[in-house]
Amino acid sequence: MSYEERLQHVSVLGAAGKMGSGILLLTAVEMADISLKPENKGKPFVLNAIDVSDEALSGVMKYLKAQVLKMAEKKMVGLRKVYADRSDLIDNDEIIDQYIFDVLTLVRPSTRIEAAYDSKMIFEAIKEDPSLKSSIFSRISANNPHQPWFFTNTSSIPISKLDEDAGLAGRIIGFHFYNPPAVQKLVEIIRAEHTLQEVEAFAQQYAKNLRKVVVPSHDKAGFIGNGHFMRDILHAAGEVDKLSKDFTFVEAVYALNKISQDYLVRPMGIFQLIDYVGVDVCSFIMSVMNPYLPGEELHSPLLDKLLSLGVKGGQFSDGSQKDGILKYEKGRPVAIFDPEKNSYVAISDFQPKVDEKLGPMPVPPAWKAVVGSKTKDELLRGYFDQLKSASGLGAGLAKDYANRSCAIGLQLVTSGVAFNENDVNTVLLTGFFHAYGPVNNYLNS
Amino acid sequence: MKKLRRKVYMVAGYNTLSMGTGRKEFSPKKERPGLEEYIREAGQGTLRLIGGAHHVDECVIGNFMASRFNRQANLAAFFPYVDEGLRYKPAIRVEGACATGGLALMSGIKSVLAETAEVVLVIGVEVQNTVKAIYCADYLAGAGWFKNRKNGHAYFFPGQFSDRAGSYFEKYGRDKTRQALARWFRNAIENARLCPTAQEYHNTTKDLDALGLTEPNGRAFIDNLNVFDCSKVSDGASAIAIVSEEGLKRCGIPAGEAIEVVGWGQIEEDITKPPIDPTELSTTKQAVREALSSAGITREQIGTAEIHDCFTIAGLMCMEAIGFAEKGKGADFILEGHTSRTGRVPVNTTGGLIGWGHPTGGTGVHQAVTILEQLTGKAGDAQVNIPADRPYGLTVNMGGDDKSLVSIVYRKGN
Repeated sequence: MSYEERLQHVSVLGAAGKMGSGILLLTAVEMADISLKPENKGKPFVLNAIDVSDEALSGVMKYLKAQVLKMAEKKMVGLRKVYADRSDLIDNDEIIDQYIFDVLTLVRPSTRIEAAYDSKMIFEAIKEDPSLKSSIFSRISANNPHQPWFFTNTSSIPISKLDEDAGLAGRIIGFHFYNPPAVQKLVEIIRAEHTLQEVEAFAQQYAKNLRKVVVPSHDKAGFIGNGHFMRDILHAAGEVDKLSKDFTFVEAVYALNKISQDYLVRPMGIFQLIDYVGVDVCSFIMSVMNPYLPGEELHSPLLDKLLSLGVKGGQFSDGSQKDGILKYEKGRPVAIFDPEKNSYVAISDFQPKVDEKLGPMPVPPAWKAVVGSKTKDELLRGYFDQLKSASGLGAGLAKDYANRSCAIGLQLVTSGVAFNENDVNTVLLTGFFHAYGPVNNYLNS
Repeated sequence: MKKLRRKVYMVAGYNTLSMGTGRKEFSPKKERPGLEEYIREAGQGTLRLIGGAHHVDECVIGNFMASRFNRQANLAAFFPYVDEGLRYKPAIRVEGACATGGLALMSGIKSVLAETAEVVLVIGVEVQNTVKAIYCADYLAGAGWFKNRKNGHAYFFPGQFSDRAGSYFEKYGRDKTRQALARWFRNAIENARLCPTAQEYHNTTKDLDALGLTEPNGRAFIDNLNVFDCSKVSDGASAIAIVSEEGLKRCGIPAGEAIEVVGWGQIEEDITKPPIDPTELSTTKQAVREALSSAGITREQIGTAEIHDCFTIAGLMCMEAIGFAEKGKGADFILEGHTSRTGRVPVNTTGGLIGWGHPTGGTGVHQAVTILEQLTGKAGDAQVNIPADRPYGLTVNMGGDDKSLVSIVYRKGN
């Protein structure tokens, strides 16, 4: 079966979710572009958007329409050629309207898993639950005569385990998009022990057509992205504990969030990132990964405690940030949750005091200025040189943080998750929008 | 020299901002003034300078495509909205794609010559940021033959001039030509920075040459030009009064504060035909020839020119069409600095279409306003030196792909 034939009948599971809707969009556009080739005229192309909620599915159709419009506007030069034989479509807007229609008519929203029984390809982006995933896979596999291939978006579960539990005999691969899939360039591709060669070849082709940056990862729970992120969380949580002698909880969280954002030149602080992903999601990912990491306790009592108090974070359906560990106004953190008081404390109440305690710090370059700069390395080296010789509490925390991040990166290579240091750096640069990779010599050159 | 039956002057020029990307005030998400507000601001600006609406005999409004950009037609009926004093006065709307402004001026000139008016209020306007550039391209494609639209480029006119640039590169060499186009861009931006109403007034880019030399990308845009080679999407209006000697007296304006129309070429070429030679602007050449001959002057007597650089390559070809440079030598002429504000013939001294902006129906009027400012010494920071032995100003306003042409020769009134 060719690449194009396989893409004639596809299902996306969890299509109304944050990740699923993005995967649905990219796949719908890829399928539509194939269906519009002259040699494919008249062939049916079907993309099932499967999710549990009718309401969410109707929202996803609106999302698709708005996104396809934007994509069509951007690729208008090519679209005029695609519709060159349609004499009734003259103006750009007529062609764009037709294209949106052609993409959307591929998509069949459904709340029934049975729709996937005819598909040759299954993309899965449902809850990060190993037994739920494998039971659905085996059910589809048992009822589907096409021996479908499964592309799972799991960010933490070993693929070989899903393969084995669902009895797929290698018809599965990890194809891990980053959030949001339509924007983020990174994809981690994870082969299971028995993943079929042709499945991987397809995955590479599909990623290439979607213009994604591919980083391969070994099949170790958490792969590269979460392998770094989860340990980074534990480091920050540990530092918050250590500071508890001299700082209140909210002060310590503020300090670590500031250190990890401003002084590590990252796009957001660690606690804001936890909120962005969701406190519950982070905690759940740790619990999924932990059993596969003998000798390491990947578990955060702090996240458990916050969750028990109902602190969850995550995003609203329009992509805006929900309150979590931090409280947000117009997307900016303004207060921090205090578990003792069970309420938020305004950052402005303690900010000057904490900043003073952190001591003198070199002025870091702004993350935004660094990522867009042609002299990025020079800027960073200059800053880290100053940080190296700075001695206050804050500077110490920043150096420890950077060194730990570097150590995590190296650990991912030595423990056989990443193929090499460069892959680790690519994931953090591309998938987490860091200005520099964690494995570097800025502080020890 | 064609003897005019009486003298025709232009006075009281007014430009609104050229609004669009590049202006700090502009945000695509923010609500902006509508078509009627631009018309009113420009119209009132000129009325104030001529002492009020009661001095006006007739009105002309030039607009290209409000029917699509703003879903509005019947624009002449906006004059009474500009000022109640214009109620029940004769007014007309004219259209000739991007030469609309020039045609509006010609309409006013002819009213004065026909002696039906001593004072004509002329406004040129376009408000285009109502849609994204990709849809704007469709509307502006109306300046070409509709039957060519289907097989045209997504960005229709950029595509047309990209093809012309491609032919020019092939015939006369690419590298030097691209360098000259980049220089044209730099001159335009540097001039615009001296004019507070210009769309590029806030431009702070340091290395304009490097930006201008950005390699074109045909996959996302067009093959032979980059976005900096193209005029931007603009909202704006310009107004001016066209008056007789009697009109000057009526408005109490001395002739020295006016410019006199001394000749013009106003011609049309067949819209259904492709260019005779893609490497030259043949219709422009003919229009300028007629303008100079009717004025009884040679191009050596031109002290400054406002020309139609909707694309940098159009600016370059226009230098050859006027005869400033020989055919194939336009790039050298630009690179030697002759078109810069300190060069032999300062061209587009407030930025032209690339730098000041290109509110399509308003551009021809804006050109006249700039010449008025320059020849009467009122161009402020953008003022260039007008040598005594070269006292003439020239405008070239082009509609479509070298189809509708208005070229006018002016000198300071006396």
